Amino acid sequence: MVSFLLILLASLFFMGVIIRTKSLASGRKGPGIFQPMRDIFRLLRKGSVFSKTTSFIFQIAPTAYFASVLMAVLMIPHGNSPGFISFNGDFVMFAYILAFGKFLMIVSALDTGSSFEGMGASREALFSMLVEPAFFILMGSFALFTGHTSFQSIFSELHYGSYISYMLGGLATFVFVLIAMIENSRMPVDDPKTHLELTMVHEVMILDNSGFDLGVILYTTNLKFAMYGAIIADLFIGVLPLWFSIPLFIGIQVLFAVAVGLIESFGARSRMGHNPQFIFILTSVSILIFFGVLLVLGKFI
Amino acid sequence: MEIKLIELFNVLVLVGILAFPFFKIKGRGIITLSVITIQVLIASIIAISVFVNGSVEYAYTGSFITGLIPIRVDYLSAWFLLVIGFTFLTGAWYGIQYMKQYIDQPSNLTLHAVAFIVLFTSLIDLCMIQNSLVLLVIWEMMALSSFIVIIFENYKADTLKAGINFLIQSHVCILFLTFAFMWVKVKTGSFDLQAITIYTASQPALIGVGLFVFFFIGFGIKAGFVPFHTWLPKAHPAAPAHISGIMSGVIIKIGIYGILRMLMLIKTDMITIGYFVLFMSTLTGVYGVALAIVQHNLKKLLAYHSIENIGIIGIGIGIGCLGLGYHNQVLVVTGFGGALLHTLNHSLFKSLLFYCAGNVYQAKHTMNIEAMGGLLKEMPRTGYLFLVGSLAICGLPPFNGFISEFFIYNGLFDGLQANQFLVNLFLLFVIFGLVMIGGLALICFTKAFGIVFLGTPKVETRQPAFLEKHARFFPMFLIALSILVIGLFPILFSAPLLKIVALYQPVVGPVGRLQMETIFERLSVVGWASLGFIALMALLYYVRYLVVRQRQNLEDTTWSCGYTGETSKMHYTASSFIRSYRKLVEPILYIKKEKVEAVGLYPEKVKQYTHPGDKLERWLIDRPILFFRTVLSRFTFLQNGNIQTYMLYGFIFIGATILIPLIISKFSTLVSFLNQL
Repeated sequence: MVSFLLILLASLFFMGVIIRTKSLASGRKGPGIFQPMRDIFRLLRKGSVFSKTTSFIFQIAPTAYFASVLMAVLMIPHGNSPGFISFNGDFVMFAYILAFGKFLMIVSALDTGSSFEGMGASREALFSMLVEPAFFILMGSFALFTGHTSFQSIFSELHYGSYISYMLGGLATFVFVLIAMIENSRMPVDDPKTHLELTMVHEVMILDNSGFDLGVILYTTNLKFAMYGAIIADLFIGVLPLWFSIPLFIGIQVLFAVAVGLIESFGARSRMGHNPQFIFILTSVSILIFFGVLLVLGKFI
Repeated sequence: MEIKLIELFNVLVLVGILAFPFFKIKGRGIITLSVITIQVLIASIIAISVFVNGSVEYAYTGSFITGLIPIRVDYLSAWFLLVIGFTFLTGAWYGIQYMKQYIDQPSNLTLHAVAFIVLFTSLIDLCMIQNSLVLLVIWEMMALSSFIVIIFENYKADTLKAGINFLIQSHVCILFLTFAFMWVKVKTGSFDLQAITIYTASQPALIGVGLFVFFFIGFGIKAGFVPFHTWLPKAHPAAPAHISGIMSGVIIKIGIYGILRMLMLIKTDMITIGYFVLFMSTLTGVYGVALAIVQHNLKKLLAYHSIENIGIIGIGIGIGCLGLGYHNQVLVVTGFGGALLHTLNHSLFKSLLFYCAGNVYQAKHTMNIEAMGGLLKEMPRTGYLFLVGSLAICGLPPFNGFISEFFIYNGLFDGLQANQFLVNLFLLFVIFGLVMIGGLALICFTKAFGIVFLGTPKVETRQPAFLEKHARFFPMFLIALSILVIGLFPILFSAPLLKIVALYQPVVGPVGRLQMETIFERLSVVGWASLGFIALMALLYYVRYLVVRQRQNLEDTTWSCGYTGETSKMHYTASSFIRSYRKLVEPILYIKKEKVEAVGLYPEKVKQYTHPGDKLERWLIDRPILFFRTVLSRFTFLQNGNIQTYMLYGFIFIGATILIPLIISKFSTLVSFLNQL
């Protein structure tokens, strides 16, 4: 419950902080922090243009995408207080619920019959397939580390005893930041500010969405960022009391957003063909974490 | 009562087939349908009564060759009776509509119907009979009848070729089973399957594992484990749609039944078996789906997906074996429970997908994905049912595929708590494999659904529009409904699954029972969460509907960078959709490409063809056969068609048979004489 409200709150300013950071880094003043949300509200009030080629799939996909992310957010705990839905193995359902939304978005892009959107859909499907093992192996390592298999019990049991476990926390943060970047099609994989459809991933998939649907999709991206931010925050909150953990949560979200902004300002997009290699780095880092956990637990032979 | 029912079940076949000559072709169809329906009813009654009253066991005296023929119907058999029965029921209902197109071939249809009934009966009997000799005979009946139903369109060369390929591979399978059963028979002198338990319990572990490997290869060929899978992608596209659905749904599952049965009987080092099965299954799963993506024949794609799902089932079985070996209750339940549930789930969604593919085939007369597009508008019910099947096969909630995959994931993550380094390392490998399978399946089915049913038609056809008749959809909706029910209320299956799993561990204390039940409670939570997800989605969609209704909405052509010419050539093709994936896996898989590039001032039409091949098939089957052929072709001069030469061979042969023993005896006399010197 706490985490749900906090994530909704964070999703309101997250994109604004990113854009503000980027504009400051490039020497501009930049728009206000709530400008992206205002844009979304403007879109929600607008009418839409639907392609004649599309079917019902195209109508329901944005809503289903939003619903899937919302459902996933409901599973995220805040430190010791569990999310709305919490059971052993909930992170498996978390990943599969997100995949459900993604499936429908990919299919709805193909529904328009445009070659651009097919291209985006193809890339999105491939990249999200490649990023999945990293998440599962990471969560598997935590399950091994704490002896539990639900988000809430994993995060409340996660404590840092030795230096190696600090390193594991750092690596896990790195992996989650990059998972968030890839899942939202941000910088090292995709450049949201590119002007050319041929080099886009997520943006090109939603070329035909307009009005309310586009607003929903854009908000879902914010929500997804805030959701990953919450997972990263959970890595550090543990069993801290609420008066301390809530400011910490906000602080971590802002830091995460600033980091995203900085990465986008100073990094370059990798070549499309090199993305799979890049994404596999994440899986190898997760495997490193797995062995680290084995080392900490003394199970490593 | 069960004994009477089982006998009635088998007598019905004879009655049905004997009635055939007295009816016209329509009447024969009705007889087939009613015989199958009654048989399924009987099988379900037997299965349910077994689940309620406990297992049934009795024996026929048999002849002096077979010895006692024991019939044992336990929970495992009952589970498979239900799975096979349901798929055959929907298959028969769908098949009768599908076959109406071929009404001008009455004799062919009759043969098909007879083989269909025999196939069903032999599959059910295989689950009940526990005498290895009789089992082999029925196995052969099953193989032959499935060969006949596959080659329904026997006037097509490809179909016949695929059928013969199937026939040969089924017999290799029978060969391995015969070896294994002979092994036990020679050592124990009994055809009863329980002799396996007695034999393996008294022998060192290596013997038991070796025996299991023989059984695994035999049953694995039927189930389609890599590298014994090569018949699957050939036979499925050749068979009529309802047969493909049944074959993928239950015929290959009889292999899984065999493996599960043998694991129950063989008492040996379960840890080694567990690792072996896990490794083979992970390989099977990843290889199956990796090849499925590059296929452009819809039925072939689905066939490779069956291989993938057999991999997932195998992973469950492997986890269960590890649990037996390490005495870990949770692993046993999640492993075997997940495998059994996935067997049921896969039979549901795969048959649904094949029936949809059958509708597509009858509408378009092709299975080439590239030639289709925009079918959702033409045949909406088929399209949405295909979508349900695709979501379920990708293992996405709220459908049934997720439940069984969740089960298996639970086993994997709980297994990580074990204290062995090797287990952890192996489970890491399996988790990686299973996640890759999930992700690749997503690519595969977004491609299959998106390219076939969405967008615009890529090839103009002048065929009349396909009529979606109600009768054809009754079985399909039935399957879709069960897919959703299992996805939302998996708890319905907890009692039967617990009973089956308990067979593997006869001694379970109250603590173990409690642990098993908590695992099933997790599943009910998953079901409720899925239900909540559907409710949330419906609510949000209703809100969207209310809002969007008030706005001004326009219709226009798809936005394409300022270009407004409407042409289906703009639509992304299946090959381009998987291009980046293909580039990634090209070094591992074998994909033949033919290209005509634009050269010169007046270039010809640019073309590119890709033919996905199977690297393992090339290495393990095609190359050895080629080798044999080149070696044997050296000796073709012997067969020169000259009658005198053949007579000479005869004389040489007779002379040799007389002379060689003579020479040997003379030689041995000489040797003994020399020895005495």
